[in-house]
Amino acid sequence: MRMPILRTDDVTKVYHTGAVDVHALRGIDLSLFEGEVVVLLGASGSGKSTLLNILGGLDRPSEGHVFFRKEDLTGLSDGALTEFRRDHVGFVFQFYNLVPSLTARENVALVTEIAENPMSPEEALERVGLSDRMSHFPAELSGGEQQRVAIARAIAKRPDILLCDEPTGALDSKTGITVLEALIEVNRSLGTTTALITHNAAIRRIAHRVIYMADGRISRIEENANRVAPSEVSW
Amino acid sequence: MRALDLKLLRDLRHIWAQSLAIALVLACGIMVMMLASGTQRSLNETRAVYYERHRFADVFSSLTRAPKQVLDEIARIDGVKRVEGRVVFTALLDLENMTEPASARVISLPASGGAILNVPLIRHGRLPEALQQDEVAISEPFAEANELRPGDTFRAILNGRKRELVVTGIVLSPEYIYTIGAGALMPDDRHFGLIWMRETAAAPVKDLEGAFNDLTLSLSRDANEAAVIDAVDRILAPYGGTGAYGRDRQVSNVFIEGELKQLGALATVQPPIFLVVSAFLVNMVLGRLVALDRAQIGLFKAVGYSTRTIALHYLKMTAGIGILGVLIGWGFGWWLGREMTEMYTEFFRFPWLLYRPGPGPLVISGILGMATVIIGALRAVRASVRLAPSVAMSPPAPPRFQRGWADSLGEMLSLRQTTMMIVRSIIRWPGRAAVTIFGVSGSVAVLVVSFFTFDAIDLIMQELFDETNRQDVTLTLSGNLNDSAVIDAGNLPGVLRAEGIYAIPIRLVNGTRTRLVTLQARAPGAALTQILDPEGHPITPSTAGVDLPEELARRLGVAPGDSLRLDLLSPPRETWQVPVASVFRQSLGQDAYLDRETLFHWLRQTPQVNMIHLAIDQNRLADLQAKVQETPAIAGFTLWEDVRAEFVDTLTESLVSMSLIFATLGMLITVGVIYNAARIQLAERAHELASLRVLGFRRSEVSYVLVVEQMVLTVFAIPLGWLAGYGFALLMAEGFSTDVVTIPVVVTQRTFALAALIVIGSALGAVLFVRRRLDRIDIVSALKQKE
Ligand SMILES: Nc1ncnc2c1ncn2[C@@H]1O[C@H](COP(=O)(O)OP(=O)(O)O)[C@@H](O)[C@H]1O
Ligand SMILES: [Mg+2]
Repeated sequence: MRMPILRTDDVTKVYHTGAVDVHALRGIDLSLFEGEVVVLLGASGSGKSTLLNILGGLDRPSEGHVFFRKEDLTGLSDGALTEFRRDHVGFVFQFYNLVPSLTARENVALVTEIAENPMSPEEALERVGLSDRMSHFPAELSGGEQQRVAIARAIAKRPDILLCDEPTGALDSKTGITVLEALIEVNRSLGTTTALITHNAAIRRIAHRVIYMADGRISRIEENANRVAPSEVSW
Repeated sequence: MRALDLKLLRDLRHIWAQSLAIALVLACGIMVMMLASGTQRSLNETRAVYYERHRFADVFSSLTRAPKQVLDEIARIDGVKRVEGRVVFTALLDLENMTEPASARVISLPASGGAILNVPLIRHGRLPEALQQDEVAISEPFAEANELRPGDTFRAILNGRKRELVVTGIVLSPEYIYTIGAGALMPDDRHFGLIWMRETAAAPVKDLEGAFNDLTLSLSRDANEAAVIDAVDRILAPYGGTGAYGRDRQVSNVFIEGELKQLGALATVQPPIFLVVSAFLVNMVLGRLVALDRAQIGLFKAVGYSTRTIALHYLKMTAGIGILGVLIGWGFGWWLGREMTEMYTEFFRFPWLLYRPGPGPLVISGILGMATVIIGALRAVRASVRLAPSVAMSPPAPPRFQRGWADSLGEMLSLRQTTMMIVRSIIRWPGRAAVTIFGVSGSVAVLVVSFFTFDAIDLIMQELFDETNRQDVTLTLSGNLNDSAVIDAGNLPGVLRAEGIYAIPIRLVNGTRTRLVTLQARAPGAALTQILDPEGHPITPSTAGVDLPEELARRLGVAPGDSLRLDLLSPPRETWQVPVASVFRQSLGQDAYLDRETLFHWLRQTPQVNMIHLAIDQNRLADLQAKVQETPAIAGFTLWEDVRAEFVDTLTESLVSMSLIFATLGMLITVGVIYNAARIQLAERAHELASLRVLGFRRSEVSYVLVVEQMVLTVFAIPLGWLAGYGFALLMAEGFSTDVVTIPVVVTQRTFALAALIVIGSALGAVLFVRRRLDRIDIVSALKQKE
C-alpha cells in the first residue's frame, strides 16, 4: 500500500472579488504519493495553480482540509506554514523568481543556508547540469538555465514535495526538455514527490499519473502505464 | 494636458507619504531660516527704533572728575552732535526682606528737565522732580524683581549714610537693555538695579558738584568716530578719563550684538544641511518615479506630447512638494520666530515687541526652497526628456550585477546570501546609497551641533566655576586700599580665606589693533581664582609680562614672546611696552593677568587691592552679609552660588528648548531619508522578497534584507556625520563667539554617542514603519507578475 504524502479532503477555494465570487476550486479530493510524478492538466482558469499553492502551503483553502502525512495544514498559523514550506516543499514557477543580485550558486545557497539537511549548492547545480554556470548572475543565464537554477534551488534542501507551476511555460521545446529532464532525474535519484502543472498535453507522458482539471474540479485521473523520458516527448 | 494633470494628482496621491517626508525636511530648513533671520531682523529693527527714539549715545567714557566747562570743549570736537556729562556711581542698597547686599548704579539726570542722551523711557510714574533730593526713578527689571512701585521707598547707602529714597517712576533705558553689574557675569535683577536721580542729589554724594565723572555723546551723521574718541581721550586725560569707546564696546549693546550675531549664525549654518538633503531626496524619489513611468512616458511621447510638456509635468510635481515644504516652513518659522522674538524682547527688556520679519526672509527662503527641489528634480526630469519613445516602451534592461571585491568579501566572511543581497544592492546603486548616507550624516551633524552647545556650556561652566573661580564670594571695594584690607576681610565673620586682587582698566595696543580690557593683578599664592593654560593646568601669574586669554591674543595678533603696548587708563596713566608671557584658556570675559608684585613694582607703589575673593563657611553667610552691609568700603558683594544659578537658568533654559527643536529637526531628516529609501527599496524588491517567503523564509528573515540595508547605510553615515558635525560645531563656535564669550570647540563622546543613538533609533523606527508593508504583500499575487 503506497502512503499518501499530501492529501486533500474536499478542498474548496472561493475568491471574493468585487461583486462576484470566483469558485476557483469546488471540492478537491486528491492524494499525492511518496515518490510519484504527477502532471496536472487543464484549461487556463481551471484551478491548477490555486490547488498547487494550497498544497504547498502558500495559500489556504476556503473549506476542506489539507494533510501533510498525518498533519492537518489547514489549522496552522502563518509562521507554521512558513516552516512547512521551509522544511518540506520546493517550488518552481513559470517565471523563475531568482534573486537577480545573487549568482546561480548563491541563489541555491540562499535555501541551503536555512534548510536542515541540504545538499551542497554545488551538488544541486550538478544535478541540473549547471556546474559550469555557478558563478553567473541570473541576467547572464538563458531562460532554460535560469529555470534549472530554480529547480536546483528547489531541490537543494531535499524537499519531500516538489511543486512546479508551468516550469516550461516560458521556454522553447528544446530548452523545456532539458528542464523536464532535470526534474525527472531529481525524482528518480532522490524520490521527491513531484507535481507539475502544464497545459501542454504531451508532457503528461512523463508522469506516473495525470490529473485532469476542469472548472475547479478533478474531472479525471489517469494512470500512465508507459512513462517515457522527456527527450521522447515532442511538442 | 488634462490627462497629464490627472496623472499628476494620482501620482502625488500615490507617493503622498514620501512627498510629505521630503516636504518636512525642506520645511525644517525654511523654518530655521525664517525663524533666525526673522527674529534677527525684528530685534535689529526694535533696537534701531529704540536707540533712535531714546537717543542712545555713540561714544562713552568714564573719568575721575572734570569740571563742566570741559563739556563745551568736547562739544566743539568735529562730529559731536550732543554731549552729556553725568555723575555715575555704584551704591549699596538696603532692601527690606533681603539679607544679602544689593547694589545699584546711580545715574544723574540734569538738574531739571529730561536727559539729553540715553533718555529713560517712563513705564510708570514720572521722573524725580527738580531739586527733590530723595526722589528716584528705578529700572523696571529691578523694580519687578523687588516688587517696588511708584510711591514705595527703599534705603541706599550714600556717602556712608543710609538714605531713604522714594520711587517716583519705573523706567527702561536704551543704555541698559541688558543690565549687568560691575564684575558680574549675568544679569541679576534682584541684586543689581539702576537708579536715576537729579544731579543736585547725586553730585554731592561723590563731591562732584559742578563736575561730572561720566561722559556720553552722540555723533553727527558723517562723524569720524575714531577721531572723536581720540580727541575725547586727549581732552579727558588730565581728568582721569579711562578711555572713550563707541557702541561696539558698550556692554549692553555688545551683548545684543552678540545675540544678533548668533541668530545670524543660526540662519546660515543649519538650513543648508536641510536644503541639500531635501534636494537629494527629491532626486531619489523622482528618479524612481520616472523609472516607473518609463512606459507611460514613451506612450505620451509616441502620441505626440512634447518633451517640454513631459518635463513640465515632473517639474510641476516637484513644485508641489516644494510649495508644501515652503508653506509648512513659513508657517512654523513665522510662529516660532514670533515666539522667539517675544522671548528676546522680554529677556532684553525691550519696551515693545516689533515682530517684523519683513518680506526678506519669506522671499529668500521661498526661492531657496523652490530652487532646492527643482535642482533636485533636474536629473530625473532630464532622464524623462532624453527617453526615446521606442526605448521607453520596451521594458528596462535588468540591472546588471558584477562580480568583484564583494564576492571575495562575502566568501571570506562567509556571509549569508541575504547579507550578500544587501551588499550587492548597495554596490549596484551607489548613488542611492550615497544619498541615504549623505542625508543621514546630515542628520547626525545637525544633532552633534545641537548637543555641542551643551558641551560648550558645560565646559564654560566647569572652567568658570570649578577651575578658575573657586571663591564663594567676591567683594568689590569702593576704592583702592592697601593690603591690610585683605587681612580685615579675613577677619569678617565666616571668612576662611581672603585673597586680594587689583583690577584696573587698560588698553592693549598692537599696531592698529587695540582692545580695552581689565588687567587683573594677583598674588602668586592666589588659589581661589586661577587661570589655566590651554591644557588646563593652572598658571602662576607671570612676573615677566602679561598673560592673555587665547581669544584676546588672537584678536590682538600676539603670541607669547611678542611685546605690545599697554596703556594704563587710570592713574598714573603711563604707557608701557610689555611682553606677552603666556596665553591661557578663558571662555567668558577677556581679562589680562599679571603678577601683583610685578605690577606695583612697575608702578613704583606699595601694593594695593580693589577686589577681594573669599572662601567662606556657608553657615555664617548671613552674618557675613550683615557685616558687609554696614561696611562702606565694600561696594559690591557677589555670591558665586547665585551667579552659578543665574547662569544655569539663563543659558540652559533657552538652550534646552532650542536644542530640543533642533534634535527634532535632526530626527526628521533621518526619518525622511530612511522612509523614502526604504519605500523605494520595498517597491523595487517586493517580488524578490515575496519569492523569499515562498522559499520558506520567515518574516523576520525577509525583513532583515530591507531593514539591515538601511541600518548598514545609517551606521556608515554616522562617522561621516560626526566629522561633519564637528566641522559645523567649529562654524557655530565661531559664529556664536562674541566679545564677551568665546565658545570652546569641544564635542564630548556623550554628544557623539547621543547623536548616533538618536539617528539609529529614528532610522530603525522609519524602516520598521515601512517594514509593516511587507506583511501585507500577498505572496501569491506578487509571484504572478513577471519581475
Ligand atoms: N487572487 C485571486 N483573486 C481572484 N481570483 C483569482 C485569484 N487567483 C485565481 N483566481 C481565479 O481563480 C480561478 C482559477 O485560477 P488558477 O488557479 O490560476 O487557474 P489555472 O492555474 O488553472 O489557470 C480563475 O478564474 C482565476 O481568475
Ligand atoms: Mg496557473
